[in-house]
Amino acid sequence: MVHPAEADTRPAHSPASPKLFLETYRWMLLARTAEEKIANLYRSGKIVGGVFLGKGQEALSASLGVHLKPGDIFAPLIRDQAGRMAFGESLLDYIRTYMGSRLGPMQGRDGNIHRGRPREGMLAMISHLGAMVPTVAGALMARRFKGIKGCVGATCIGDGGTSTGAFHEGLNLAAVERLPLVVVVANNQYAYSTPNSRQFACSDLVQRAVGYGVEGHSVDGTDLADCLSVLGHAVERARSGHGPQLVVASLLRLAGHGEHDDAHYIDPQLRKAAVGRDCLRLAEDEILKRQWAAPAEVEAWHTAAQSQVEDAVASTLREPLPDPGEETWQALSTPHLNEG
Amino acid sequence: MITYLEAIREAQARALRDDPRVYIYGQDVGQFGGAFKATKNLAEEFPGRVLDAPISEDAIIGSAVGAALEGMRPIVEMQFADFSTVGLNQIVNHAATMFWRTQTPCPITVRLPSGGTAGAGPFHSQSMEALYAHYPGTVVMTPATVEDAYSMLLDAVAIDDPVIFCEHKYLYYHLKAEALPSEAMPVGKARLARPGRDLSIVTYSAMVHEALAAAAELSAEGWEVEVVDLRTVKPLDTDTILASVARTGRLLAVGEAFPWGGVTAEVVARVASEGFDLLDAPPRRLNSKDTPVPYHPNLWGTHRPTARTIASEARQLLRV
Repeated sequence: MVHPAEADTRPAHSPASPKLFLETYRWMLLARTAEEKIANLYRSGKIVGGVFLGKGQEALSASLGVHLKPGDIFAPLIRDQAGRMAFGESLLDYIRTYMGSRLGPMQGRDGNIHRGRPREGMLAMISHLGAMVPTVAGALMARRFKGIKGCVGATCIGDGGTSTGAFHEGLNLAAVERLPLVVVVANNQYAYSTPNSRQFACSDLVQRAVGYGVEGHSVDGTDLADCLSVLGHAVERARSGHGPQLVVASLLRLAGHGEHDDAHYIDPQLRKAAVGRDCLRLAEDEILKRQWAAPAEVEAWHTAAQSQVEDAVASTLREPLPDPGEETWQALSTPHLNEG
Repeated sequence: MITYLEAIREAQARALRDDPRVYIYGQDVGQFGGAFKATKNLAEEFPGRVLDAPISEDAIIGSAVGAALEGMRPIVEMQFADFSTVGLNQIVNHAATMFWRTQTPCPITVRLPSGGTAGAGPFHSQSMEALYAHYPGTVVMTPATVEDAYSMLLDAVAIDDPVIFCEHKYLYYHLKAEALPSEAMPVGKARLARPGRDLSIVTYSAMVHEALAAAAELSAEGWEVEVVDLRTVKPLDTDTILASVARTGRLLAVGEAFPWGGVTAEVVARVASEGFDLLDAPPRRLNSKDTPVPYHPNLWGTHRPTARTIASEARQLLRV
């Protein structure tokens, strides 16, 4: 469903090819497998700090990741493991950051989902929701200053994050500058424990697109085919000069806010409703139903993902942890301007 | 003659001329030339590189962070330093943590038109330097002279880290110099604004001029007061401060900002812990009063330190 602020003259989006569907499914599977491993390590006391899962949001996230290209900019949020991997983040970056390895991109200075490689177009989120929206917009302004064309910047946020000032300021700025920014809102029905009814008063967040003067798209976040089609379309619209795109997905967080949270507050009716379906299971059913892969092949992908994750964890366990004696304790890149 | 404000404009023009990575973003900075005209005619001289922003301080700073990560050198103007609280999160939690977290430098320059002027009131008068200096990952500049306004702004753009550039609005038109400087002191070094032997006044920004006026007044009474201009409050040049106190044995730290904590407290704390034996009398601090900055000049003139109150405080310290 498209809610154009301007007339969208393109034909309806084309369905994803079986090849892309399978590729995306495998990113979803790898993310789910890796996250389940990290959750187990957390439960056995092997992870310091919080663990935050994207369970139930993999189809949406991976569908964004597969439509971004090298040279694009991506600022994922906390439930975007699948999208991160599809965009090119290594499994090791994920495992190392959660396990505090000194060899990870954050070197133990930051942890869990707060990681990235800005030089490679993968921005490292801060915890303050909405902050990445203007940041990606600014990165796109830089591309424009440098005369680089054809790139897209994307960032993800939840239903709760849309209530922040930064989200509003950032999306408005991007609209004024008509930047190729894709903002994906995963409406997973709860911001931590707060339901939509206490978060916003419009009937659907996608209505806000009109107010910002950007194109809006709704998508069923449980349905991989729909995610691929809508995200592919939105990324293409941004890339081809139609300004910012606001994509709003309906889905349900199939985990707690973090693994410390039992999510008892989630309405059982929602769990049983269409919005509460598991996107990974649905995608797998679809693959088998359409005979895009044989059951044995799907089973082999599960096994492959499992062993990939086990190998990454095993090698990370042998890596050095941060050492306060070797830490520079310097926050500035200009050595002589650091105090102390 | 060139004013402090013109020096800021000229520094930005030079930065734009010399470095294609530089652009300027802020409210009314384009065609209009800025609320104070600090970007006058720059939009015409540098088409497409001096851009009006929506009233969105968070997004202005946030976008600068993103652009800096992509190799640009943004200069962003907060229309008044006071409004930078709306962008505070992007400065202290995003720009200032960037290098530590990701090993990627974040070279942004945030210009803060700072400090009080008559009639400006609680929301157009604040001095924010202590707030930003408190956080790791920032450089905080507080130029007191036309020469420093020019050369330090160029330094700010060249530095690979977030720089909070606190330019004082009271000095914009009051302060004039013969010409722009051809050379400059290094960043992070304090300047001896007036040599003396009886008392060290350590201060920065507009208060340097109040302190110099107080020193002139005290000179007529036979006291030789030394005035140290910090230039940058972070990093703080502790060596120059201690060397001054070693000469005089007495310290008065003066700042226009609110009294709780802050730059003057940091100066006193460092001298007390690293140079206690240099002191012949307990160190003192003089700041604004602990209320919002008042609107009416009758109140504002008493709220902030002035040459008169600095001289009075100095006399008490000299008698100890």
